[in-house]
Amino acid sequence: MARPPAHRGRGARPRDVLYQALLLGAVAAVIAGMAWNASHALERQNIASGFGFLDNTAGFDIVQTLVAYDETATYGRVLLVGILNTLLVAVTGVVVATVLGLVIGIGQLSSNWLFARLCRAYVEILRNIPLLLQLFFWYFAVLRALPGPRESWSFLGSAFLNNRGLYLPKPLTGPGFEMVVLALGVGLIAAAILAHVRRRQREETGRAGPVLLPVLGLSLLPPLVALALAQFPVSFSWPALAGFDFEGGFTVLPELIALVVALSTYTASYIAEIVRAGIQGVPKGQIEASQALGLKRGEALRLVIIPQALRQIIPPLTSQYLNLTKNSSLAVAIAYPDLVSVFAGTTLNQTGQAIEIIAITMAVYLTFSLLTSAAMNAYNRRIALTER
Amino acid sequence: MRFFPRSIAAALVAVAAFSGVAEASKSPTVERIKKNGFLRCGVNEGLTGFASPDAKGNWSGFDIDFCRALAAVILNDASKVRYTPTSAKVRFTALQSGEFDILSRNTTWTMSRDVQLGLEFIAATYYDGQGFMVPKSLKVTSAKQLNGATVCTNTGTTTELNLADYFRANNLKYKIVAFEKNAEVLAAYDNGRCDAYTTDASGLYAERLKLKKPADHVILPEIISKEPLGPAINHGDQPWGDVARWTLFALINAEELGVTSKNVDQMMKSPNPEIRRLLGVEGAFGESLGLSKDWAARAIRQVGNYGEIFERNLGQGSQLKIRRGVNALWNKGGVLYAPPIR
Repeated sequence: MARPPAHRGRGARPRDVLYQALLLGAVAAVIAGMAWNASHALERQNIASGFGFLDNTAGFDIVQTLVAYDETATYGRVLLVGILNTLLVAVTGVVVATVLGLVIGIGQLSSNWLFARLCRAYVEILRNIPLLLQLFFWYFAVLRALPGPRESWSFLGSAFLNNRGLYLPKPLTGPGFEMVVLALGVGLIAAAILAHVRRRQREETGRAGPVLLPVLGLSLLPPLVALALAQFPVSFSWPALAGFDFEGGFTVLPELIALVVALSTYTASYIAEIVRAGIQGVPKGQIEASQALGLKRGEALRLVIIPQALRQIIPPLTSQYLNLTKNSSLAVAIAYPDLVSVFAGTTLNQTGQAIEIIAITMAVYLTFSLLTSAAMNAYNRRIALTER
Repeated sequence: MRFFPRSIAAALVAVAAFSGVAEASKSPTVERIKKNGFLRCGVNEGLTGFASPDAKGNWSGFDIDFCRALAAVILNDASKVRYTPTSAKVRFTALQSGEFDILSRNTTWTMSRDVQLGLEFIAATYYDGQGFMVPKSLKVTSAKQLNGATVCTNTGTTTELNLADYFRANNLKYKIVAFEKNAEVLAAYDNGRCDAYTTDASGLYAERLKLKKPADHVILPEIISKEPLGPAINHGDQPWGDVARWTLFALINAEELGVTSKNVDQMMKSPNPEIRRLLGVEGAFGESLGLSKDWAARAIRQVGNYGEIFERNLGQGSQLKIRRGVNALWNKGGVLYAPPIR
């Protein structure tokens, strides 16, 4: 009497496909309708549209550019400048936030009562205050505390800090410097090969020769020798007070410092929680087993706990990296020339082409996010538990 | 005709036909304002003298008074205005997407904005120019001495472009720090982030009042650009543009003819034909705009003529104490010249 339940897969398939096709068609129709409506409305109101504006002259200056730029450059160049400035903040922020988050996350589990409580307090304070307020705090607190250019704080007369930024000597390379770079490359490759060979030896025989010193020597000696042979083809451009401001060297803007500090300290509070949760998620038996094997506390953390915790840490960590990148658009509030400020701000206002510019800006952030996710997922697959 | 009864359709046709006969020009915007009972006006988020809210949220200022005059003209009540504060950056997009009926926000009339953005500028209400403010302690007396200076300003304004043009033309170097909001520009300037603050001269006078010690800062004599500030509307409703433009012209003509908010009712009896046409005693100029006869008289009575508006918000009656200068009437050494009402 008991009949097997109707097998839905086969019988329902054409109908499912039809529904999905209808849904897809409906979504496409809505998007097409919106696009048609927008272009029609723009035309009716006589508003310029299209991407031709990217070739027009921008006519305004930008305070920090990582590529050559001046007032006669095009809006397309402004887009590139904005993308690079955003990337600079995002990459620096991610690195600082990760280091800080890791330290504070592990610190929360420290057996030192005071240190653990301090780390806990850090997390609770930083993640419970809106990021924009923290950004203003860092920016204006830092600006107010720093002296003017004429009363700059000097470090050995070669680096200066004032409310216009941090001025550092800028290395300039002379002829023959290519050889140094080449030597460094060769040295690094040799060091990598040696490290690999030594690791194989250790895995096969259980013992191996020294690693650290030969690796350091292989990577540092060739470039040093090349430097000496080329008679040190490096000179420095030193910052010096001239008129209103310092000239020469290179400048780290206070806006950049405030933005990186605000973004990384804020994101670090979330990363700390992720790290703590990841470590506490490792079964207690693993820790006890590592102690039973006689591993020291640091070794147990490095060899047993962190590798297992990483598997739980990486996915939420990825989303924190994405958050940090997206939050960097708050830069516009403190005059850091990021993508949103120079492109979705000034350029939009001067060309009035809101739809195109916002679409490009969204596409850029989407690309950043998808690339970050792809890289982190690839890393996650590599460290995932492989069953042998 | 399946969807609604024939009688309703007939009534609609009749209404449409009659209203067509009653008024010569019909502006969809003006009709909507009349139907809603209020005017929607896009204004600055806070610029002393031009548009600023008081502790109770009542707006006042030069740009505000133009909105009030329009409300008086259309709705006979200057208070029937809803203000939308809008940043320099989003103002045009907000206007284009219909967030408000008119943008009255110290906005410079330029060719690209007029042509590429699909806007219609009404006229210049205030002739301004970009200037610089510096701390007195810098001992700078001319903008030409600003070589190598760091300059703070707003993003999304003509000032960034003028600044670049001026320093390039004079072969000077500079660094620009551009914020989205006025408040942050001023805070950064006050904290010494930059040597100079640049924006329209009227804005400099207004912002200087907010500094800790206004007397320690000086506005340099150079005016580096032409900034005709004026209200703007969207393309496609010329009759609405006519109403706005002639409201401004009426306020300027009223000053020229000596008609003020205090004497407007006596002036109704004036034998001067120009005054009689302005106040609607003669002619049918109000009707031709789709308004009533006394359209201009209402604005003058409730808000005042151009001179009164200027002095109250920017001139001697205000904290700013800006002189009329180029904004005086054409026959008093300025450039204000309104076409005649006839």
